[in-house]
Order: sequence, then structure tokens, then C-alpha cells
Amino acid sequence: MAEKLEARHRAGFLLAARKVEFGENDDPIELCFERGWSDGLPVTPPTDDRVLRMLKGTLRRPDEVVGRIPPNLAECTVEKVAINAVLAGCRPEYLPVVLAAVEAALEPVFTLHGLLATTYFSGPIIIVNGPVAKAVGMNSGINALGQGNRANATIGRALNLIVRNVGGGRPGEADRATLGAPSKYTCCFAEDESDPTWEPLSVTRGFPRGVSTVTLFQGHGVEAFVDQKSRTPEALTRSFAMSLNAIGHPKLVQSARAILVLSPEHYAIYREAGWDRKRIERALYEATIRPGQELVAGAGGVGEGIPAGRAQEMVPKFHEDGLMVVRAGGAAGLFSAILPGWLAGRKREELQPVTKEIRE
Amino acid sequence: MTTTQWMRDPTAETAPLKRPRTKPPRTLQGLTIGLFDIGKTRSDEFLNHVEARLLERKLKVKRYAKPTNAKVAPAEVVQKVVAEADVVLIALSD
Repeated sequence: MAEKLEARHRAGFLLAARKVEFGENDDPIELCFERGWSDGLPVTPPTDDRVLRMLKGTLRRPDEVVGRIPPNLAECTVEKVAINAVLAGCRPEYLPVVLAAVEAALEPVFTLHGLLATTYFSGPIIIVNGPVAKAVGMNSGINALGQGNRANATIGRALNLIVRNVGGGRPGEADRATLGAPSKYTCCFAEDESDPTWEPLSVTRGFPRGVSTVTLFQGHGVEAFVDQKSRTPEALTRSFAMSLNAIGHPKLVQSARAILVLSPEHYAIYREAGWDRKRIERALYEATIRPGQELVAGAGGVGEGIPAGRAQEMVPKFHEDGLMVVRAGGAAGLFSAILPGWLAGRKREELQPVTKEIRE
Repeated sequence: MTTTQWMRDPTAETAPLKRPRTKPPRTLQGLTIGLFDIGKTRSDEFLNHVEARLLERKLKVKRYAKPTNAKVAPAEVVQKVVAEADVVLIALSD
């Protein structure tokens, strides 16, 4: 009770967001639905005590402006991020991760507005690196891309709720997705950094070891990859290339990026042959190069395809930096996962993944 | 005593807190008018008169009813009204 009274007192000074009143006979969860604050699943009502507790997760001031959220380009403060993190079900210690994810999403090369508005399937995918992942209890192991872990589930959900509530980005309005994807509720996981032979994604992307980061990618998923028989890195690479070539459409090239989520058992084949991240990514890029004549519109009796003028070229599926390999998954299973990217990167410099340091 | 509680608004606060009512239609022509009997005595008698007047004006009418005025309308009745009617007149006569 004393804590509640104190919270009420402090809230008056700290919180600027508008109060939305409800009576003792109202169900606040139902009111959140009625006001359109939910992605379709129940949300946690953002009462003062919950919002204040959430704000204790960061050293940043509640009135600090994080940026402007599309599509409405509405100003978003740390307090609004905290309120939406409450809605999403986050614990206070997740707030710095959510704040970094919002900052990353607002970098112009992430093109958040287009990603929201597209008719394609994609949305923001969040990969967390560094000590914060373990500190807040994120999952990078068994079922890392699935349900059941609060941090994975709610950090990704918070970012999407911020776009919905602060930015005003709702399906059927600015969000024009033809079908969408379940990953638009949430898609967030940690990279498995437990193997010392593996260079973490954050290090590859220019951050020192020991620094926690979020990497945001425009994509969706998951697409399954199964190979239980290849035993050499060359055979496994050719095998991955077959599935990677199929993303979007087997005859479409150099537009979507992709993440390959490499499972421990598949990585073991590369590790035992001494292949590191750089070598794997290069080999995958090269293995997805195909003769243009197989890919031109009309080839194979299929209308879709690249312009006829490219028939004599050898055509890669991706731009040279279009593939990101991330390690995650349970110890058993010769399965990996492909998270296909948004088909919008015809000019690769216009649309890129973004990595940001997580600050307290 | 009622206690007022509140939540904090997660939106950009560009829309008014009190949501505006749906604007009434400019005309009833072409719309389906639901007449909803809440189950009180003689409600049907009153709605029969309303229906007759609406039909005189060549308007389209559908009748709905709660099984009893003592309880809220069952979900299937509400869903039927939402699916079929464009405007609804809820009436009682006591």
C-alpha cells in the first residue's frame, strides 16, 4: 500500500502521458482492446505503478525524446517506450534493449515506414548480442525462434506496439500487408555466443566483444532447412544454397537479404573443417550464383524471373553483404532456419540491417 | 464509493481521449434498421407500431429480441445484429 501511495505521488512529477480513467467495474484489459492498443493478444494495463517500475530499468529521463515513429512521425519519449513495454509484458530490465531497438529501427537505412507499409510479409526482427542477453534471460538455445521465453517474446512485441500505438501504424491503414506473418507479433532472439570459435554478429558488425547490441533486420519467417546427410562444409553449403535460392521466388535475385540461423549441429560440420563466419558467408554467396538463362522471365515455363537481357550473366541470389549468419538453436537436430528478408533491396545501400549498442 | 483508476496513454495522443460517437447516417434509405426488443412487457407492441411506420416509408426493417430483460443480450443475438443491421433502435415500453 505504501509503495502504491509513493508511486502515485511520484507519478505526478515524472509522468507526462495522458491519463485514461476507468472505473472499478471496468476490466482494464478489455479497455485496452477497445482503445485499439493491442496487437490482438491481451496487454498488461499501463498503470502508474507499472510504468514507474518499468522506468527504473533505464537511467534515461522519461521526457527524453527517442525519435519520431512512422507512419505519423509522432514524437516518442522514453516514457512512451516504457508504457508500451508495460503493454507488451516486459520486465524493467528489458527496457534498455527495447530503447536500443527503437533507436535502431529509426535509422533511415532501416526504412521502418516502408517496412510497415509494405504489402510484403516482413517486419522488424531483433537479434540480441552480448552480456545483456544472459542477464535478462533471453533464449538462444532450444526453441530460440519459438514461444515460451518472456524476454524474447515481449521485447519484439514492444517494438511492434510502439509502431502501432505511437506511430499509428495499423493493419489495414498504413500497414498494407497482403498476408503478413506471425513474426509481425514478435520476432526477437539472442545469438548463441557460447562457442569460442564463433565470432558473434555484433563483433562482425564492428562492436567490441562484451558490448551488448541489438541488430535489426527487415524480415519474417521461419523457413525450415533440413539436411541430415551432408557431412562436409562444401556439401552443406551447396545444400543451404538450394534453400536460400528459393526465398521470395527461386527466379528472383538481388533484392531480398536473408538471415541463416545456423544450428549447433550444422555449425559443427563447418567448425571441424576450420571454417569461420567469414568463410561460410562467402561460400554461401558463391554457391547461390546461377546461370542467368535459368532465371529469366519465362524460363522453365514460369513467367516470373529476371530481365531477358541477363540471360548470359552468372547471377548471384544476394548482394555481397546480403547474407547474415547467426548461431542459435538446441544441441540436437540437423535443422537450421532461414529468415527471409524484405524484397525491397534493389539498391542495397538504401536498405540495410542496423546494429546499435544497448545503453542503460 | 467508486474509485477512479487510470492507465497512461501509450499513443501519441493525437486523437481525443473521449472517442467521438459514430455519425448518424444522412438517410435511412437502403439501410437495414434493426428494431431491438429488450424483453420488457409491451416492448413488442411499441416496436410493432414503429415497424409499421417505417414500412410505410418503404424502409427495410429486421426485428431482434433479448430472451429476457433481466440479463444482457446473448453474444449470438448481438453478433446477429452487428452482421445484419446498419442502424439499431433499442426500445422499451413499460
